[in-house]
Amino acid sequence: MASLYFDVPDWQGHLAGQHVDVRLTADDGYQAERSYSIASAPEERRLALTVERLDDGEVSPYLVGELRAGDKLELRGPIGGYFVWRASEQQPLLLIGGGSGVVPLMAMLRHRALAKGSAPARLLYSSRTFADIIYREELEGLSGVGVFHTLTREKPAGWSGYTRRVDAEMLGEVAWPVAEGPVVFICGPTPFVEAAASLLVGMGYPAPSIKTERFGATGG
Amino acid sequence: MGFISRGFKGRRRDATSSSRVPPGQYVVTDYPVLSAGPTPRVNLEQWTFSIEGEIDEPKRWTWKDFLALPSETVTKDIHCVTKWSKLDTTWKGVSVDTLLEGVDTAAEFTTVFSDGGYTTNLALDDITGGKAWVVYEFDGQPLHPEHGGPVRMFVPHLYFWKSAKWVRGIRLQKEEHPGFWESNGYHIRGDPWQEQRYWGD
Repeated sequence: MASLYFDVPDWQGHLAGQHVDVRLTADDGYQAERSYSIASAPEERRLALTVERLDDGEVSPYLVGELRAGDKLELRGPIGGYFVWRASEQQPLLLIGGGSGVVPLMAMLRHRALAKGSAPARLLYSSRTFADIIYREELEGLSGVGVFHTLTREKPAGWSGYTRRVDAEMLGEVAWPVAEGPVVFICGPTPFVEAAASLLVGMGYPAPSIKTERFGATGG
Repeated sequence: MGFISRGFKGRRRDATSSSRVPPGQYVVTDYPVLSAGPTPRVNLEQWTFSIEGEIDEPKRWTWKDFLALPSETVTKDIHCVTKWSKLDTTWKGVSVDTLLEGVDTAAEFTTVFSDGGYTTNLALDDITGGKAWVVYEFDGQPLHPEHGGPVRMFVPHLYFWKSAKWVRGIRLQKEEHPGFWESNGYHIRGDPWQEQRYWGD
């Protein structure tokens, strides 16, 4: 896992939740492209990407292992106009992230903090182990955001969060009541997103209030 | 072409597959899932498929009627705008030509609409002439809901978001109305060989 920060000349700005395409070009002209969620808030001076290194990947090992400060990178974006949230929105915000799916949700929380958004916000964040939690300290320091962790592969001594996969009981404790008209963003691997979205629909959340973004294990 | 990325070598594809893989795409062997919201629950008792809009007599099939239509099995490569391509995928369903048989229309465009409110726009020329199907089997198995079951569009010569999941009908139109992703930054036509991914491509 690595967070990369870029100075982007003439960046047109972005919305929290959008992504960029990264294109790499080898010296013989061979190119590879992948999409990455933007981790930084629109208010930040530098564009941040948080990239998970996939061992069988083609682009992520380069971004995490090879790229050095001062290198140039070809970016295109911002892209996507649906999985986005603006701090001017008032409805309670429910963010549900699995693994590196937390990245675009972090952009939303950073945006909420920097733009002084008043919508109440909660994050339910599922990680395999304690060490896998991304942005752990930054999340602890967010004010006005309820952060709920769950770990699916370990139960560290002294851990007070959940230690199981997201289920109906957990969502019953964490999710805003439907009557408050919450908006929901879910991002993570497909089975995680499918499960969380179906559980919320089962709890009476209207489908149009649930926006999803899915990562397949596709060797990025 | 952009500048050289220092130290990037990349993984070359073998020559056979690279002629089949559009620019900017890479081949996967699994089958990723992408959709904008929850997977709808579909009741087949109430399910219908419709052709409507610029047509004298709208057409409608129940699930039973739909399965009784002449079907075709096709094997094609698919290309997702998120950059993965999957080669030699096999689907069974009804050709759009079959659905439009005997239809006289002034329409040049269509909006395909789905459970859950998803829409995508397709030129009539892009879904007729043996180029598009409404499919209910993938690899010999009923289409899984995550992948768009009970039926989805299958328009393999365009990026895969055009192959709308959970499809319920086709609206024939004289004008082009951008669909869901086409209103959210994605290209109005989406030809992978011309890399028509986003607005401005």
